[in-house]
Amino acid sequence: MSESDKKKPNRRDFILTATTAAGAVGVGAAVWPLVDQMNPDASVKALASTEVDVSSVQPGQSITVIWRGKPVFIKRRTQDEIDSARAVDLSELKHPEKDEDRAKDPEWLVMLGVCTHLGCVPLTDKGDYNAWFCPCHGSHYDTSGRIRKGPAPTNMEVPKYEFVNSNTIKIG
Amino acid sequence: MSDHEYTPKSKVGKWFNDRLPLLTLANHLTDYPTPKNLNYWWTFGGILTFCLITQIITGIILGMHYVAHADLAFQSVEHIMRDVNYGWLIRYVHANGASMFFLAVYIHIFRSLYYGSYKSPREVIWIIGMLIYFLMMATAFMGYVLPWGQMSFWGATVITNLFSAIPLVGDSITTWLWGGYSVDNPTLTRFFSLHYLFPFLILGLVVLHIWALHVPGNNNPIGIEIKKPSKDTVPFHPYIVIKDLFALLIFLIIFAFFVFFSPNILGHADNYIEANPLVTPAHIVPEWYLLPFYAILRSVPDKLLGVIAMFAAIFVLVILPWLDTSKVRSTVFRPIYKQFYWFLVADVLILGYVGAMPAEGLYLLIARVATAYYFAHFLIILPFLGMKEKTTPLPLSITEPVLGGSADMAMAKNNSDYKEKL
Repeated sequence: MSESDKKKPNRRDFILTATTAAGAVGVGAAVWPLVDQMNPDASVKALASTEVDVSSVQPGQSITVIWRGKPVFIKRRTQDEIDSARAVDLSELKHPEKDEDRAKDPEWLVMLGVCTHLGCVPLTDKGDYNAWFCPCHGSHYDTSGRIRKGPAPTNMEVPKYEFVNSNTIKIG
Repeated sequence: MSDHEYTPKSKVGKWFNDRLPLLTLANHLTDYPTPKNLNYWWTFGGILTFCLITQIITGIILGMHYVAHADLAFQSVEHIMRDVNYGWLIRYVHANGASMFFLAVYIHIFRSLYYGSYKSPREVIWIIGMLIYFLMMATAFMGYVLPWGQMSFWGATVITNLFSAIPLVGDSITTWLWGGYSVDNPTLTRFFSLHYLFPFLILGLVVLHIWALHVPGNNNPIGIEIKKPSKDTVPFHPYIVIKDLFALLIFLIIFAFFVFFSPNILGHADNYIEANPLVTPAHIVPEWYLLPFYAILRSVPDKLLGVIAMFAAIFVLVILPWLDTSKVRSTVFRPIYKQFYWFLVADVLILGYVGAMPAEGLYLLIARVATAYYFAHFLIILPFLGMKEKTTPLPLSITEPVLGGSADMAMAKNNSDYKEKL
């Protein structure tokens, strides 16, 4: 037996290896559609952008719109809220991001209204920073939507958006 | 498996049995030698089988009337409750049946923990049991999503978001599970499909669980090996069958109480509000049977570590046969372990309680201490206790303490005194 163990692979070994490899590729190719069918389908992806009219939103007011099945907070911040968001020292933050980078137009904060912990919708004007508070597991966010206290790992996500004109925001 | 050859009496029976030995199997199950000292904690296997069959039958019927679509699911459940003949009964049996199933499974698991039923040579029975338990939790979770109420929707959101804690691929996995960018119709339809499938997987595992049980045979309250068949055993039928049926009857009284007198007491009022993706209910809690794990998840301030701790709390049970180093099975002969056993029971109940409470202040502190103790029990106390603990003497057979009066250590001693006199 030890002689046959040491001997070089012959043509049979080659055929076995080649067949197994081809078989594995074939099985993989057959299984992939069964797995990929669960990913977002064409009709879900087609709803990728939403336009919102924000002309009636007053300073200090926040509206919630649906984009890709998720809530998006559009907050028209007051000067106090902007100042308190911009005055924060980045070293105090769990997920350091400048407010200037999150809200290009300081008056308008647009972000996914989804807690980055486990996906609940935070309550507006609540919590230690009088901004957002997630009731599920107690995460507190500041007036820039940055995580300040609680289990959430990151700041609330800012989606891709742009002002189509001064009254309309296009999300996505 | 069978200790003796079986030949059917009738010619037809013999002809059939030679081709498919179903009658041999039936004979094995009837004659199966069972320790004669099994107490009522051993009746929960039968009760659990009943629960599974009940859930499958009521579930198949509900599936005839339910519509798995985000726009229609909530109305179709109300349609079952109001319009379908006896729909209210079938749905309440199914919904409360899930709770009864978990009540029975927790008693069954703690029975194993008390009497050391997970120890050699029954590790495989235990591991299959844990797989069943895990599938039960997945099935119950997906079933709870189907009515598409507020708790359904937000429960689904929170639990599927657990997977987003996985580094690098977490978000892709969550999107894949959802079939979109949030919990929505594609999520509901796949949950319905899997909720229908899983009970049949559980049924298959139950067959393996019982098969694996019938190889070494039942453990028993004093946890010693017994000869089978012998004067220490009785045949499964009629002795155990009747005992199981009596216990089932008592269990059904409790079951019926919930179904007929307080069918919604174990649920949440929020689930009678249709799912709204824009509003999270003020206080999200899972069903009672998942609360201890929920408490462990919330007690860790880090998202990924919290998820790891929760899954580890289940996994630690799977490897339990190798964590408990004590060779003595039954807690009856382990005076120190007996105390730790009841500490663990209390710890799990405390975790369940704080899991239902808001995760802040004192509750959070208690949850953290209880979580730490839960892991300490399995990872520190059990391995060391098994090596250090001085156990009390084991009786020689089941009959010995029975004739002596009890499995109590004093009685075992008296009994040996008695033998010496002889």
